[in-house]
Amino acid sequence: MSIRIIKQGIFDTIQDDGRYGYQHLGINPGGAMDIIAASVANMLVGNRINEAVIELHFPASAFLFEKPCIIAISGADFSPTIHNEPVPLNTAIIMAGSTELSFKQYRKGARCYLAIQGGFDASSWLNSYSTNTKVQAGGFHGRILRKDGILHCHAEPFIYASLPPQSYILTPVKAGINSFYSSPDSIRCISGRQYGWLNDTSKNILENTTFTISTQSDRMGYRLSGKALQTTEQKQLLSCGVTKGAIQLLPDGQLILLMADHQTTGGYPVIANVISADVPALAQMQPGTVIQFHFISVEEAETLYMRQQQNLMQLQDDCNLQLKNFFSR
Amino acid sequence: MALFHELSNANIVGAKDIIPAYTTITVVYDIAAIRKITNTAAYKYISEQIEKAISECDWKNESSPREIIIPVCYDISLGIDLPEMSNQKNISIEEIISIHTSATYNVYMLGFLPGFAYMGMVDDKIVVPRLSQPRKNVPAGSVGIAGNQTGIYPLDSPGGWNIIGQTPLRMFDINNTDPCLVKPGDKVKFVSISLEQFHQQKSV
Repeated sequence: MSIRIIKQGIFDTIQDDGRYGYQHLGINPGGAMDIIAASVANMLVGNRINEAVIELHFPASAFLFEKPCIIAISGADFSPTIHNEPVPLNTAIIMAGSTELSFKQYRKGARCYLAIQGGFDASSWLNSYSTNTKVQAGGFHGRILRKDGILHCHAEPFIYASLPPQSYILTPVKAGINSFYSSPDSIRCISGRQYGWLNDTSKNILENTTFTISTQSDRMGYRLSGKALQTTEQKQLLSCGVTKGAIQLLPDGQLILLMADHQTTGGYPVIANVISADVPALAQMQPGTVIQFHFISVEEAETLYMRQQQNLMQLQDDCNLQLKNFFSR
Repeated sequence: MALFHELSNANIVGAKDIIPAYTTITVVYDIAAIRKITNTAAYKYISEQIEKAISECDWKNESSPREIIIPVCYDISLGIDLPEMSNQKNISIEEIISIHTSATYNVYMLGFLPGFAYMGMVDDKIVVPRLSQPRKNVPAGSVGIAGNQTGIYPLDSPGGWNIIGQTPLRMFDINNTDPCLVKPGDKVKFVSISLEQFHQQKSV
């Protein structure tokens, strides 16, 4: 089963839940920016949640599915369209052969995920399908999807093989995802190792004023613009390991928030860390979004993450049940 | 480094990555994986595991580090910052090369780029600060000095280290099962090669 890329997007890659276990070698984990949306797209087609998906940015690629298959789209709303008919997000869709999927118009969010039943047959590097464009490894030949590229997937021919070409069926298999994204604009974080370096005025600015995600933002990290922060003394920091969600203080007093393709080590003070449960919400924010940080404890952060994971597992059970009911009709 | 090995060998449940650096070790953990085996908070569980590793660590055991010999061509066509360094430090280029090749360096950490090894300590006589303006592109294999650290760019990349030479070896290769030539804890020694040898070895 193959899928042809009939239009090239701006930066579309294959990603999974990341390449862990190699950060001591300087190899960054990468992976889907919004791990919730990637998981939900997989659940809707009955895949394991960390199966490889396509992460799309707007303007996004368009695809021609050559054989029948089941797909689902989650995350940002780029007006997914099949042969000029709009189709919903968070729904399992049965595609007949010769069917085209495109993304017509930007509506909201920043990253959209496309999953296919059986998963994409991408190249695995160090136990992950995630695309590392810097070293050109993993995913689709280690690079972004290009026009006329052909993706393969593990899907087997199935009972809908007789659907007329260029048609599709919207199944009743759906997933509600709003509960996974925290209230807009408020991003929860815990204090970082060098939080204590900030002077009192700067701590106050960090906790009580807003920051804007700048246009210098990508999969590596988001530059934030806001009132400049200052440390009590000019201390030099030796490079040390950093993680997704870390908020680093740059020498000019501005902040950078590390995302999926972050470097493994950094030498700037880490003044806060966005909690894991709020990274997906952050991943859906576009440049220009105004955010306010809200500090909580490590214990609260862990409870919120576990609650999110439990909701995700419940949603998976629910999707499996819906899929079973639909296909046993 | 002893603690890095202790933690790596401990197979701690939920530990996804263990990242050693000069004075720190970062443990990246999976909260859900830990909460599957214990009701303790994951942060507390990981903290306890790290403390246990610290108390059980054999600090003297360096587990016989590998010594890796890296050929470097110090021709000024490749070591483009050698003339400026020679001026700045008031020593000859030959002396810089001799000092750089006489020490055995410890690999303290890898970071910045896949396979980029931070090594030290560089002799004070050849210590120079980072360039005030980083270069837009430093070729893969370039050997640099920044403060008392020396390192090798594994990929073509922007960079601000003073470039003193280039190795024909591939420091990072995605096609190898072990993609990085050097690892944290290794010892590294540089040997000087001619431009001719450099081109010969590079074409292999």
